Amino acid sequence: MSGLKNWKEIPTGGVIEEAGNADNYVTGGWRTYKPVLDEQKCIHCLVCWISCPDTAIEVKDEKMTGFNLKHCKGCGVCADVCPKKVQAITMVQEGK
Amino acid sequence: MGQKVAMTGNIAVANAMRQINPDVCAAYPITPSTEIMQQFSSFVSDGEVKTVLVPAESEHSAMSACIGAAAAGGRVMTATSSQGLALMWEMLYIAAGNRLPIVLAMANRALSAPINIHGDTSDAMGARDSGWIQLFSENAQEAYDNVIQAIRIAENMEVRLPVMVGMDGFIISHSIESMELLDDQVVRDFIGEYIPNRPLLDVDNPMTYGPLDLQDYYIEHKRQEYEAMKKAKPVILQVAKEFARISGRKYGLFEEYHLDGAEVAIVVLNSAAGTVKTVIDDLRGKGVKAGLLKPRVFRPFPADEIAQALSGVKAVCVMDRADGVNGLSGPLFPEFRSALYDAKQRPLMINKIFGLGGRDLGLQHVRDVFQELLKISETGKIKTLAEYMTVRN
Repeated sequence: MSGLKNWKEIPTGGVIEEAGNADNYVTGGWRTYKPVLDEQKCIHCLVCWISCPDTAIEVKDEKMTGFNLKHCKGCGVCADVCPKKVQAITMVQEGK
Repeated sequence: MGQKVAMTGNIAVANAMRQINPDVCAAYPITPSTEIMQQFSSFVSDGEVKTVLVPAESEHSAMSACIGAAAAGGRVMTATSSQGLALMWEMLYIAAGNRLPIVLAMANRALSAPINIHGDTSDAMGARDSGWIQLFSENAQEAYDNVIQAIRIAENMEVRLPVMVGMDGFIISHSIESMELLDDQVVRDFIGEYIPNRPLLDVDNPMTYGPLDLQDYYIEHKRQEYEAMKKAKPVILQVAKEFARISGRKYGLFEEYHLDGAEVAIVVLNSAAGTVKTVIDDLRGKGVKAGLLKPRVFRPFPADEIAQALSGVKAVCVMDRADGVNGLSGPLFPEFRSALYDAKQRPLMINKIFGLGGRDLGLQHVRDVFQELLKISETGKIKTLAEYMTVRN
């Protein structure tokens, strides 16, 4: 655990002296399946964006552009909510 | 100067709270501490304090609200007893771990089952490892004085730990005693303005409270808590010194009553110490070298000072008004005996579990204990290491 601070160097009470720091907590390593986007099929309805429990759907100018794989845990909710007629997201096993 | 009054322990504590004027009090009523918040809520309604009173739906919620208010940056107080403290248990650790200087007045009462509303220290002993500083009080005056000092101890920047102040349920909480209330302004000057540490309501400096803390940092935060508890000891003594200047009443880590040069001694918390003192006065008149050590501070545990005070006493009885139900002794006994392990002149030690559920401790009971100690001192032999007393056999 090199680079970590000792008990005298950190704020008391487990407080972190900044807000929104969950961004620094990389959870992508938990994934066993990763979402893969078929850009041809996507209709940019953004149902996946509103459903993702980890805000891992990346959107630019109201268009779905892909996944934040540093935080995506591979739960598959995005693929599940993607409309049946569209099916732009498929879950692929990691390492295959 | 102060004002001589006749008050119950509960009303005395409620008056300390009035003078402290905390930002928030969240509480749920439970016998025998109910009267504290009942009286205090009158002070709120009458506009004598500016406190926001939060009547919660349980003690778990009351302590949760206290934690939220303290994290937000408020000076926070509450009161409870027995099952109420037990229901707070989970949140007590969070208050301490988050280093929130909440002050809790505790009218000590037995724990169920069987259900009982009277005085013993089972409730406090259940919270002894929660990271809270624990102060105990023999009478209404001490409860009042301890609550005022608790504010300064908890809020000291080196400490920043919550403090609970105990007094015996009914025996002290509901008995009217003669005591002195300090002037409101004197108390306010003594406690000073509250300076919150990293308050959540400081919107210019947003903070994260209560994040996940795994193998990489949890033990560092616990190490900080350990340090804070260690530092609390000198702070408690310093606050007591300053308190003596405004009140004329002296407090330490414990009270020694005829302990200097004593041959036999009793260790006992809270109101039972008064009964023991009466017996000691009587015995001293007859030339028996009997003494008392009455712990005021149980957390932090002042092991070195205790060892010094009891070293050289021939026989000591630690009297527990609670049973640890470990099949051996009450909860004070192992800690006091351990404190004496390295003493130069280690006394022989026994333990009595007494007075559970408010069972009276009479003068004869205490005389019997001293008789047993004198016999141990004379023969060097202990017959029974630990046992119940004030019980029908």
